[in-house]
Amino acid sequence: MSTIALSAPALRRSPVRIAVWAVPIAVILAVVPWVMDSYRTIQLAYGLIFAIAGLGFNILLGYTGLLSFGHAAYFGAGAYTVAFMVKYLHVQSMELFLLGTIAATLLVTALFGYVCVRYTRIFFSILTLALSQVLWSLAFKFFWVTGGTDGLRVPTPKLLGVVAESEDKIHFLSHAYYYYVLVVFVVAVGVMWLIVHSPFGKALQAIRDNETRARFVGIRIRRYRFVAFLVSGVFTGIAGALWVPLNGLVTPDALVWTFSGEIVFMSVLGGFRNFTGPIVGAVVYNYLKDFAVGFTVYWQSLMGVVLVVLVLTLPTGIVGTAKLLVATARRRRSQ
Amino acid sequence: MSYLETQKLMKYFGDTHAVDKVDFQIGEGEVVALIGSNGAGKTSLVNLISGLLTPDSGQIIFRGQDVTKQPVQDRIKAGIARSFQIVNLFDELTVVDNVALSIFAREGKTRWFFKLADHDHGVWDEAHEILRRFGLDTKADQLAGGIAQGERKLLDVAVAYALKPRLLFLDEPTSGVSTREKAPIMDVITSIVRSQKITAVVIEHDMDIIFKYSERIVVMHQGSILASGSPEEIRANESVKDAVFGPTHA
Amino acid sequence: MDILVIHLFNALLYTSVLFLIAGGLSLIYGVMRIVNLAHGSLFALGAFVTASAVGQWFAGSTSAALYLLIPTGAFAAAAIGAALEPTLLRPFYRRPEEYQLLVTFGILMILEDVMRFIWGPYPLSATTLFEQMGSIKVGEFIYPRYNLLVITIGALAAVFLWAFIYKTRFGVVLRATSQDMRRASALGVNVNLVYIQAFTIGCFMAGLGGAIIVPGQSAVLGMGVDALVLSFIVVVIGGLGSLDGAMVGALIVGLLREFAVSTFPELELAVLYLIAAIVLLLRPAGLFGRTT
Repeated sequence: MSTIALSAPALRRSPVRIAVWAVPIAVILAVVPWVMDSYRTIQLAYGLIFAIAGLGFNILLGYTGLLSFGHAAYFGAGAYTVAFMVKYLHVQSMELFLLGTIAATLLVTALFGYVCVRYTRIFFSILTLALSQVLWSLAFKFFWVTGGTDGLRVPTPKLLGVVAESEDKIHFLSHAYYYYVLVVFVVAVGVMWLIVHSPFGKALQAIRDNETRARFVGIRIRRYRFVAFLVSGVFTGIAGALWVPLNGLVTPDALVWTFSGEIVFMSVLGGFRNFTGPIVGAVVYNYLKDFAVGFTVYWQSLMGVVLVVLVLTLPTGIVGTAKLLVATARRRRSQ
Repeated sequence: MSYLETQKLMKYFGDTHAVDKVDFQIGEGEVVALIGSNGAGKTSLVNLISGLLTPDSGQIIFRGQDVTKQPVQDRIKAGIARSFQIVNLFDELTVVDNVALSIFAREGKTRWFFKLADHDHGVWDEAHEILRRFGLDTKADQLAGGIAQGERKLLDVAVAYALKPRLLFLDEPTSGVSTREKAPIMDVITSIVRSQKITAVVIEHDMDIIFKYSERIVVMHQGSILASGSPEEIRANESVKDAVFGPTHA
Repeated sequence: MDILVIHLFNALLYTSVLFLIAGGLSLIYGVMRIVNLAHGSLFALGAFVTASAVGQWFAGSTSAALYLLIPTGAFAAAAIGAALEPTLLRPFYRRPEEYQLLVTFGILMILEDVMRFIWGPYPLSATTLFEQMGSIKVGEFIYPRYNLLVITIGALAAVFLWAFIYKTRFGVVLRATSQDMRRASALGVNVNLVYIQAFTIGCFMAGLGGAIIVPGQSAVLGMGVDALVLSFIVVVIGGLGSLDGAMVGALIVGLLREFAVSTFPELELAVLYLIAAIVLLLRPAGLFGRTT
């Protein structure tokens, strides 16, 4: 029943091959605050944050075959958890924020996931959309808790116990906070890479490819999907937690379905059948959106058009298409 | 006592008795062929025993244990595995991945997510060994969706075999394959099955294959077992000929 | 006692509109096995087009003319549907379902912005007819006559649809295609034609839902996604692919929502989801759903 067959057989990646391009990229990312201006650095920080959300999203789509249209729920849950911790618990520590977020998103994800993973495909997708809309409507209705449409403010947090010097907030965000985000990003990439290359990750792909056969090999489908769902939600929640100090504010917009759509779009843009697809897609999308928003108020339709065109013509996304081109070039050269 | 037996197993699809009070037995180490015309109930019986379908009534007893209510995954653990008539593979994974997955699942290792799958050499060595036995080793790194039909049928069996089952159901392992490929495929399968002393039930339509490779033949017709015996006995049985081949058979 | 009648009418009003939307969604899925995420947007489109026709373009016409203009929204939605199916949906029938969802999600985003572009971000109302019809007395309360008209239209639509599907030749073809597309095709049915017809009818129903509701409630951006989500609850309860299910589901949701709105207004949507989740846990295919 499936279909996008990669043209080249899956190659065993040796650590050396990965290091060849991963290390230069890591170096580039590390020196960004020193070579680019604050605005661009902060822009890239947003990109890395969305990349973490995309990685989380894609363990479900790319690896388990489940398309979630409700990931804003976990992103928003993470963001609101931080805001609540600031407002009601007077917490300032970023580490505590992250711990709180992990706990809160585990709860939300477990609840939503329990219902959603009983279903596949269409039902799963719409159910995720519907449940995230519930959360969104709750954020409005319980405005005395959530601040309603005005939202809740989140000040600069303490990183590793160190309070930001009350100088320039922009400098803090584009230097200390940027590095914090970068470190979490690298850890997130590493952890996700390990997970998808583990036996568990292979089992998820088996479930994606052929649920019946996976069952007949002894894999308990629902359980595995549930765990994948948990991992997915927590990653996205962490992205939300990192996002809110950068944004300074959280509103119900962090929970709305259009935002879920953006997360989907990022992965499809980058290529959801590749590990790095969502990362590339998120960073590229971040730039594209900033451009489009400045260009027209109807950027959502622009995104819709690009999505339709992508799905019709380049379903493997940026990374997938690039790989195809490289493989074709290699084959031509060897002929 | 039989290795596997079903007691008055029944399955209806609407008004049709796909499986009608079937008492099927198989002894340990037997290689049995299950034959019958289309709609006789062979695949339904296998689907019931392997757990793809739930029976409307009756019981399935495997090695003394009642597995009737157990889900598929528990039956796999108990030692029942099957291959599929219409090939069921993980098409986007490589050939060796398909077999390795079975092994990981069998060993309970699929729960681990903080270890690299590639580093478990034991699993990969065993996977390659199995591929070698099935003659698929040269295709190890190709995607399962991209190999030839005959190879896919063999891989389907290999994936089931990798579970180290005690009882293996093979649903038409040579269907959809060209005539000259059928015998080599059956040769591979039966030599493996016999050398590992796996109890096997093979659903087949090709009479030459059946008479050459099985010790006992069970004939089904319209949901019930019509006859059971050695190939010679079945060959001589008139009612079997009528049922399976039609009354005009000479 | 009278207050209960009012509540019942409100529930039936909701049921009528929900049945049209969810019924359209279910019909399309039943015949074509696709779920159009932009289905709710067609409901919204129907509402906006009718609101414009009745409230702006032809405002000031006679009442009779205005009544005749109400279905314009439905026809607009049907037209969009007829244009979409062969161009953007057909390429995806053989592809995995994710692609279908992705492309209809893209269409959803485009349609929402198209509506924003044409009608602006503010609600649009067209209350002339609603006000004109006045109200009837129910004991000590009054109730808008227009709402009763909507309930009637919904009921008529259900009857008409049922007759269409179970009593006409076209309905037979539709049902045959939905049960076994390949066999129907082998028997000479032009499946492509059936698909575009079914899709158009489904979109017509969604648009009609929007068209009839708009004299009573304004057309507002975002009503499409709300409608999609609500119609999904309906098909979850009633089962995807079944018109009976859409009817029963719409009734249940209508009654429950009326109950929830009058007792716990904040939790309205959450209560509905709770019910849907419970139904899903007990009967995964919905009350009437098919397992395929």
